[in-house]
Amino acid sequence: MKDIFTPDMRLSDMIDMNYTLMQVMSRMGVGLSNSGLKADEACRQCGLDVSTFMLICNVYSFPEYVPSPEEIDSLNIPDIVRYLRGSHSYYTGRALNNLETSFDRLLEPCDETRKGAILKFFVEYKSELEKHFAREEDEVFPYIEALQKGTRPEGYSIDQFEEHHESVDEKLEDMKNIVMKYLPEECDPELKMWVLVSIYGLRDDLRRHTYVEDNVLVPAVRNLERDGE
Amino acid sequence: MESRKTVSLIVPSDIVARGLGSILEESGEFSVEEVFHDFSKAAESRLRGIDPDVVIIDPVILDFKSRKEGRNMLSDVCDSIVIALDGPAVTEDVLKLYDGSVSLYDRQDELVRKLRNALETRQPDAVSDGGELSAREKEILVCVAKGMLNKEIADKLNLSIYTVITHRKNITRKTGIKTVAGLTVYALLNNLIDLASVQ
Repeated sequence: MKDIFTPDMRLSDMIDMNYTLMQVMSRMGVGLSNSGLKADEACRQCGLDVSTFMLICNVYSFPEYVPSPEEIDSLNIPDIVRYLRGSHSYYTGRALNNLETSFDRLLEPCDETRKGAILKFFVEYKSELEKHFAREEDEVFPYIEALQKGTRPEGYSIDQFEEHHESVDEKLEDMKNIVMKYLPEECDPELKMWVLVSIYGLRDDLRRHTYVEDNVLVPAVRNLERDGE
Repeated sequence: MESRKTVSLIVPSDIVARGLGSILEESGEFSVEEVFHDFSKAAESRLRGIDPDVVIIDPVILDFKSRKEGRNMLSDVCDSIVIALDGPAVTEDVLKLYDGSVSLYDRQDELVRKLRNALETRQPDAVSDGGELSAREKEILVCVAKGMLNKEIADKLNLSIYTVITHRKNITRKTGIKTVAGLTVYALLNNLIDLASVQ
């Protein structure tokens, strides 16, 4: 049988199986103080739709898990949007700030030119990511919220979002290769590995995040558009 | 220890896929990274990602008409050596297009030898990952880092645009870096340019 989390599992047991869920749960507003509870109880207390919560945890933990059309149909869209917003602010806030701090330490022994070039690359990546998220927050989420209120804004549809939803993977992948292979010898190898672990963590997290947007949010909103017609 | 060469299989038959897989794994020289039962868009994008050393394809998987083009379609996707699986439905002129062929009736040592040969023949003009950039590639990298477009680079160096694109592909494969911003950092770290020339 395929591995899958169910609402009768304790959050602490789910976290045992995949500790990156701590972060994911926290972005949905479920903190560690709830970790002794079963998933359905924790969701009740935090005012979250349990099937939406389970779906996101499953997507993050089991690469072979594909949400069924029924699951997509019964989703609570505001909870998904809330989660996506939470993730955006986590990436551009804590995740990138931590990475930037470790970068600063890693590059300390380098000369100014090299340090400057790498930090510039980092800053460009950061603003690219921010721009990517801003488009979602300023165009897509308000559109979805309007749909839910029963109005359908003219001149936009989720298809447009899907079509223009570009990958933000490439620069991060380049950053990984630069750190792994091309930094000057004076950079500390332990710090290098530390930075690489953060980059890999961010990469995997972003990939799951993109999956939720493309394969959960988009079909769910398409249902909503269809229902409104 | 030299690392194993990676192989992807594109064969419709699960029996054949598993058979080839276990023979290759057993040899200790190859490891099978992924098996595709069709040559769909999804398979294409996976192949692009894993970029295996060798692809073994059963040409039966392609429509009769596109069998000859199949080889070219694959080179657009990845730089692997492409080996055809010989069978009743495959003709000589199709086989000629591939870097080699293996048969269902090959013994284990024959199969491994054929793959090894194909890899070796390809070696001289093949670019290995992580290899040094050639003088020409460095020249092109510097242009890219300065923000020049392919057309401009082609004009400046008297090359066709197609050649520039091939060089750029090779640069990316050797360095593992895809974006212009990333290549600029690479060029700076390797003292190919100074900061003033990119600002």
